Amino acid sequence: MDKVQDNRAWFLIIPVFLIVAFSAVIPLMTVVNYSVQEIFGPGQTFFVGTEWFEVVLADERLHDALIRQIIYSLAVLAIEIPLGILIALGMPGGRSAKTSLTLVLLALPLLIPFNVVGTIWQIFGRGDIGLLGATFRAIGIDYNYTNNSLDAWLTVLVMDVWHWTSLVALLCYAGLQSIPPAFYQAAKIDGASKWAVFRYIQLPKMRGVLIIAVLLRFMDSFMIYTEPFVLTGGGPGNSTTFLSQYLTQMAVGQFDIGKAAAFSIVYFLIVLLFSFIFYTIITRTGEGEKK
Amino acid sequence: MDMEWMAWTTPTAIFFVCIALMLAGMTVWEVMSPTVEAKGFLPMRTTRGDRLFIGLLSSAFIHLGWLAATDVSLWGAFAVSLAWIALVIRFG
Repeated sequence: MDKVQDNRAWFLIIPVFLIVAFSAVIPLMTVVNYSVQEIFGPGQTFFVGTEWFEVVLADERLHDALIRQIIYSLAVLAIEIPLGILIALGMPGGRSAKTSLTLVLLALPLLIPFNVVGTIWQIFGRGDIGLLGATFRAIGIDYNYTNNSLDAWLTVLVMDVWHWTSLVALLCYAGLQSIPPAFYQAAKIDGASKWAVFRYIQLPKMRGVLIIAVLLRFMDSFMIYTEPFVLTGGGPGNSTTFLSQYLTQMAVGQFDIGKAAAFSIVYFLIVLLFSFIFYTIITRTGEGEKK
Repeated sequence: MDMEWMAWTTPTAIFFVCIALMLAGMTVWEVMSPTVEAKGFLPMRTTRGDRLFIGLLSSAFIHLGWLAATDVSLWGAFAVSLAWIALVIRFG
C-alpha cells in the first residue's frame, strides 16, 4: 500500500512552538541584545560591542563560582544517582499497601517548595534550636554552617540529596517496573548472580530513565539558587555562592543588566555544552550495549 | 508593534537573521535530500543537524576563548569558526 503523505500534523505543534517562542526564544534573543549594550533605562541604551563579554570572561569571582558550581553538580550526581538506584532496587514491587506507602514517602520531599527546604535545613542545622546542629554539639562535633565553609558546603550538598534523591529513585523504580518477569525467570534458570541481573538486565532497562535523571539533576543542580540562598546566603564569604546567585547579585543587586546578560549567555552555553556531553556519553554507552 | 523593549541593534539583528536563514536552509536541504546518520571524525554517529549544532556550539566557545585569550580582532575567531563549521558538516 502506498504511504499517504499528510502534513497536517505539523499544525499540531504550533501551540508548543508559540509557547516556547514566548517563554524562551524571545527572552533569549532579548538577552543577546542586552549583552552588547550598556543599559541605563528603557530607551537609554548604548552599543558597547563585546566589552561586557571581555569583562565577564576576566572576572575572577565568576571563575571561582564556576569551579564551585562544577564541583557541586558533579558531587550531586555522584551521590544522588547511585543512591537513587539503590533505593529503587530496595523498594517493594507489585501492588500493595507497602508499595503505596513507600511511593508517598519518597514523593514528600519533592512536594516541598525550594525556599521552604532552605528554611527547614537552616533551622535543622542550627546549634541552639536545630536537631542536627544540637546533636552534633552534644556529641562534641564542632559544626557551624554559618562560619565554616566545609560545614556550609556539606549542609548544602546533603540538603540537595535529601530534596532530590527521591526523584532519581522514583524514575529508576518506574524503569524497573517496566521489566517483564520473563527476564528474571530466564536469569534464575541460568543461575545468574544478583550482580549479573543488575548489570545485564536492570541497568540496561533503566538506561532511558537514567538519561533523564542525570540530565535533570545536572541541569537543576547547575542552576541551583533558592536553597543555598535561603540556607547560607552564599556564605560564609563566597564559599557557597554559585553561578545563579552571582548572576542575580549582578542583575538585581547592582542593576548591571548588560554585564548580567553577557554572563547569562556564557552560563547558558556552559549548561548547553555539559548537557550535550552527558547526553552523548549516555546514549553512546547504550549503543555499545546493543552491539 | 513597538519592539523597543527588546533593545535591538543592527549586529544582533544580522546575527539572528543569519541563524534563521541557516535553519530555513537546513529545512530545505532536508526536504530535498533527507539526512543519513554518518560517522566521520567526531566520536559518534551524527545527522546533518547534529553537526550544525556541534559546529555552532563550538563556534560560540571559539569566540569566547578568542575574546579571553587575545586582543586580536574578533573577525579572526569568525573566520576560524566558519572553517570549523564547514569541516564538521562535511567530515564530522
